[in-house]
Amino acid sequence: MNKEHVENIIRRYENPEGKILGILEDIQETYKYLPKESLEFVSKKLGMPLSKLYSIATFYSFFNLKPVGEHIITVCMGTACHVRGAKDILNNLIELLKIGVNETTEDGKFFLTTEDKHFSLNTARCFGCCSMAPVIRVDDKIFGYVTIKDLPKILKAYGWKSK
Amino acid sequence: MKINTLEDLIYIREVGLKKLKPRDKVRVSVGMATCGISVGGDVVFEELKEKLKNRDDVLLTKTGCIGFCHVEPLVNVFIPGKGILIYHHVQTKDVKKIIDNFSEAEKLDNVLCQIDKWYHITSDEIVYGGGFTNIPRWSELGFFKPQRKLVMRNSGIINPEDIDEYIAVGGYSALFKALKKMTPEEIINEVKKSGLRGRGGAGFPTGVKWELAKNEQSDVKYVICNADEGDPGAYMNRNEMESDPHSVIEGMIIGGYAIGAHKGIIYIRAEYPLALYRLQKAINEAKNYGLLGKNILGSGFDFDITISKGAGAFVCGEETALIASIEGDIGRPRPRPPFPAQKGLWGKPTNINNVETWTNIPLIVKKGGDWFRGFGNEKSPGTKVFSLVGKVENVGLVEVELGTPIKTVVYDIGGGAPSGKKVKAVQTGGPSGGCIPTKFFDLPIDYENLTSVGSIMGSGGLVVMDENTCMVDTAKFFLDFTVDESCGKCVPCREGLKHMLFILENITKGNGKEEDIKTLEQLSETIKTTSLCGLGQTAPNPVITTIKYFKDEYLEHINNKRCPALVCATLIEFEIDQRKCTGCAVCAKRCPVKAIDGIIGIGETFRIDPNKCIKCGTCLDVCKLGAVIKTSKGVVNEKQGHTSSY
Repeated sequence: MNKEHVENIIRRYENPEGKILGILEDIQETYKYLPKESLEFVSKKLGMPLSKLYSIATFYSFFNLKPVGEHIITVCMGTACHVRGAKDILNNLIELLKIGVNETTEDGKFFLTTEDKHFSLNTARCFGCCSMAPVIRVDDKIFGYVTIKDLPKILKAYGWKSK
Repeated sequence: MKINTLEDLIYIREVGLKKLKPRDKVRVSVGMATCGISVGGDVVFEELKEKLKNRDDVLLTKTGCIGFCHVEPLVNVFIPGKGILIYHHVQTKDVKKIIDNFSEAEKLDNVLCQIDKWYHITSDEIVYGGGFTNIPRWSELGFFKPQRKLVMRNSGIINPEDIDEYIAVGGYSALFKALKKMTPEEIINEVKKSGLRGRGGAGFPTGVKWELAKNEQSDVKYVICNADEGDPGAYMNRNEMESDPHSVIEGMIIGGYAIGAHKGIIYIRAEYPLALYRLQKAINEAKNYGLLGKNILGSGFDFDITISKGAGAFVCGEETALIASIEGDIGRPRPRPPFPAQKGLWGKPTNINNVETWTNIPLIVKKGGDWFRGFGNEKSPGTKVFSLVGKVENVGLVEVELGTPIKTVVYDIGGGAPSGKKVKAVQTGGPSGGCIPTKFFDLPIDYENLTSVGSIMGSGGLVVMDENTCMVDTAKFFLDFTVDESCGKCVPCREGLKHMLFILENITKGNGKEEDIKTLEQLSETIKTTSLCGLGQTAPNPVITTIKYFKDEYLEHINNKRCPALVCATLIEFEIDQRKCTGCAVCAKRCPVKAIDGIIGIGETFRIDPNKCIKCGTCLDVCKLGAVIKTSKGVVNEKQGHTSSY
């Protein structure tokens, strides 16, 4: 963790409204997760108990407390995606990436990372792209009308190799 | 520059109109809300940019989403004198054809419709041109015909990243009227007269809510825009922010003036990066023109807006949880009273409205409450934008007058289920709503009617379900959602929902008992009556309505261990129809668990090992011959398709 960087992030937030979540989100944007040292640092800087930051980080599904893979794949599990087969998309991704089923991290969230740390897989409640269901997101790019057939092609573009 | 006088506003309007309908240039605009971008709108835009870089006869811009997501990417081409043509399903390969044929633009094959004039409501009708021959007007298409665009008055026409264009179509003229010619009381009276009700779902009269906040004595007050659109299956707020962000901002400034607040906060979910970007950009633009900040329009009124990001918690859509979240706490609701109007953010009087509620405000101020009452019905005036999704042909955002029958939306606008399937139900109101069977499709959509059949209006998600949707699975899906999103404060919600989910899981695995239905009903009643906030009070609705209207499906799962819709994995099997199989082995190659084996070239030898099969449906998806079939105790559905049947 770069102290100066986190300090700069804290400085960005002049208004008290939305400050804590904003800081944590910006830290996660940099490191893709919330390193323990960064939470300790923020806790000291803001004079806020670490336990409170931990409670926030585990309450909101957006935050990760563990390092994640290079590319993050998120499967939308919203209603429209559900009725159009999102679960099959998720199960297929689990099989293609060869990562365990129903594994959760210590904080109870669904978040799987491949052994080589190349991909992480998680789910979201709704991207608001319901018209193109089922939808997945890889890093910042959203893929609509995804079929099981398409998955290997999408993954290959991010360096996946069929085993 | 700062806008202070009517002359200033008119001046900017002229500047904007020159961009919106240039006198001597073609204007090409690409539908670039998140929906358009993710089906390739961004690539089309880049291609246009590249190909047009040396052309000064064309103005290239972005626009939002007009709502017809089914046919995106959409490209609008404005030709001076003639009007706007909308092309559908535009790919990069079509770009050259489009920009080389402006003189015969209407002759290309992928023309959807034309817009010769458009009523932006906050200004007089704008005539874009004399029209193209033999091209249907937008309002003649089945998808648009029953719609009434009030909230989406500018979506898909103007560039959402340019305040000048918003002002060109009458934007901020309602704010001008409010600050220069109306007292806060007059505004509140107008909003009360309009009968506008909260578009977040609960339907509380907006004017009354404002009055409560106004009457509180306090040095500091807040207005908040609830943009934490968390209902799965609902995305109208995202589009309203992405396609017309200034309408939200204008509504909030007027609201602030009416209740006496000088600070506004938009609480937006982190999953909407583009909406966030466009709102921030709009806020900055408004500040530059003196429409936000000190002494707005020279009226002496100060108002500022900041954005506060959510972090993925459904319960934060609840007012008190949302406030806790802005304050930097975990989003757990607290008992009301005191209501936010009395003690809200930082203990100060606070008025919270949904995005869509805010976008209606400029209309009501500009055109009057009586005008607004001319739309919708007696108890629910105005329109509502619905996200029509799921098993329906024309997916998209549709705006209809309240009181429009469900069937008009599902069949006339939506075109029914794809590939000739039969629609079974619509689900409204997200996890707090219910499933409404087709026998109620004559019902006019309004707050009271939806409640009377066990659902709710909610924020506007309208998910269509067809014969291949399992209603037990649907109930399970929503319970899984609410179990996950329950904040854990109230025991009945935290533990009761978990137990309901456990029972539903058993039923979908074929381990259910008939008495389970009774237990589910009892638990539902307890959770509804003993939970503190809306999440718990409504979470059992999907279960209650599916049991009420689709009990036979529950009984099929329980008594016959059969899933009639062929959805519940434990109760279905995949088989190969050896008469159709040619032994191409595509399924065997693609099966992720190597459950399929056979001799290549000999169809009769191919089999799926049921012990290895994980029922992922890959084989069904990849087989081009329809040789893979899905069964559940006698129910067979050949080539029903797994995920790609639409």
